[in-house]
Amino acid sequence: MNMSVPKLFLLLFGALVLLFLASLSAGKIWIPWSAWFAAVNDPQWIIVFDLRLPRTILALAVGAALGMSGAALQGYTRNALADPGIMGVSSMAAFGAVMTMYLGTASAMPWVLPTGAMAGALIGIAVLLSLSGAISSVLTFILAGVILNTVASAGVALALNLAPTPWAVNEIINWLMGSVADRSRNEVAFALPFIAIGCTLIATTGRALDALTLGDAAARSLGIRMERTRLALALGIGLATGASVAVTGMIGFVGLITPHLLRPLIGARPGALLVPSAFAGAVLVLAADIIVRLIPSPAELKLGVAMAALGGPFFLLMLIDMRRRAA
Amino acid sequence: MSRLGISDLSVRLGDKRVLDNITAQFRTGEVTTIIGPNGAGKSTLLTCLAGLRKPDSGVVQFDGVDIASIPARARAQRLGYLPQIAEVAWGIDVRTLVGLGRIPFTSARGLAAEDQRAVDDALEQSNITAFAARNVTSLSGGERARALLARVLAGKPQWILADEPFAGLDPAHQLDTAALFRTLAREGRGVVVTLHDLHTALRMSDRVLVLGEGHILADGTPAEALAPEILTRAYGLETRFWDGATGPLIEIVGRRA
Repeated sequence: MNMSVPKLFLLLFGALVLLFLASLSAGKIWIPWSAWFAAVNDPQWIIVFDLRLPRTILALAVGAALGMSGAALQGYTRNALADPGIMGVSSMAAFGAVMTMYLGTASAMPWVLPTGAMAGALIGIAVLLSLSGAISSVLTFILAGVILNTVASAGVALALNLAPTPWAVNEIINWLMGSVADRSRNEVAFALPFIAIGCTLIATTGRALDALTLGDAAARSLGIRMERTRLALALGIGLATGASVAVTGMIGFVGLITPHLLRPLIGARPGALLVPSAFAGAVLVLAADIIVRLIPSPAELKLGVAMAALGGPFFLLMLIDMRRRAA
Repeated sequence: MSRLGISDLSVRLGDKRVLDNITAQFRTGEVTTIIGPNGAGKSTLLTCLAGLRKPDSGVVQFDGVDIASIPARARAQRLGYLPQIAEVAWGIDVRTLVGLGRIPFTSARGLAAEDQRAVDDALEQSNITAFAARNVTSLSGGERARALLARVLAGKPQWILADEPFAGLDPAHQLDTAALFRTLAREGRGVVVTLHDLHTALRMSDRVLVLGEGHILADGTPAEALAPEILTRAYGLETRFWDGATGPLIEIVGRRA
């Protein structure tokens, strides 16, 4: 432990403010801060408040949701490799959303796709946690996640395979890649309440996750009610991850990386990692989104693709590190 | 005085009757040792006493109340349970680990000054203050076992239910831990431990319960319960009592043919 928790919060908060300001300015077109006070119909004002502000808020909210969900899943499974993406929760959300696109209902009403994604995420996490209730080994839990991931990916592939029009295929693939670009205030208004409720629910499980460090029996002997913990986690992670995927598509590895980066700084107690992981996840996603905007390319790089490109090597480094420690 | 009682307790695991209709009483102020061969049901009995396992039939009563009806937090404040498996999932420091024992008393805000004092006392009692700042991943098996016992003591429970607390301890620390259990009992707490070392059972206990194939083979003073004929029934061993210079000794002569 090298850093006190208040100091870390100060650092993360400072980074958030700086990134927030940078995010409103940065992009293909740099907007000076004076544009904030321009007339409402000024194109610069429109870029800042109609395009970049929703995008920035979404990046922060989604980063927080994914970071916190990852920290909670790792605490619950007692495994540093757990993450809503790896455990299949995000894939299930994507599967739910893709089904609405495939069936053509997504374009009919704006709430259909997000609802599909949320339903998918909740079903996914419910299956996962109920399996972990029946068989409490971490290995089976992770295997259950892999199975869930496989099933959801197969479902998505099937939807692509049987898609009625090439246009539908294009729409699905584009959406799957994950991005916060071109999102409107409607999407922000949809996602924020669910993410807020989800994160609040997750935050209530801190003591339970701490107790689970000692294993299931010891945690129960410390007065932790496991059914309640599971329910809070299922709803919390389901809502937070589901709402995130619903508005941004698949952005992976945030939940995996964030707690891992924080442990050397503030210690590994899982309850103490929850809120810092939300902040650090927000910093991570917003920083990545700004970088994505600045990379010169004919079409803007998708955030989900960039995170996957970062996440793969990071995963590998983690494995090498774990092997070295085990040796 | 507080009492933990089991009556007509039966537990099945799969097809096996691990505990078969057993009845016993445990009291504070005593060190009670549960011995018996592997698979005799010692750990199962302890998890029932801790209120962590629902028996298939029969009840566990805590001061006359069915333990299943006591709210989890209230139960956790009075019953400390040390599982046999020394699991610590994360690389936290020893002080944080011991602090987990305060969970039944804390809110989301974390440890108050009173909790910190209880952690200090527990570190002291387990004689691990010297490595309070070390990471658990750097501890030996025995050091980790002492840290986990301190975690239970940090809750200052009225009852300490410990599943093989001597596993992995060197002889000197076994002696210290046995003395600690005696002190806790003298302070008026209830101590129930499972173990395999007949000698420690003989020297440390006020009372010994011998389990064999889900039944109580003996329940009495160490001298009564560890008598040769009972140990023969429990383990198939031939044993003898000796008068040692510092107290009685049990010699294991060999297996009964």
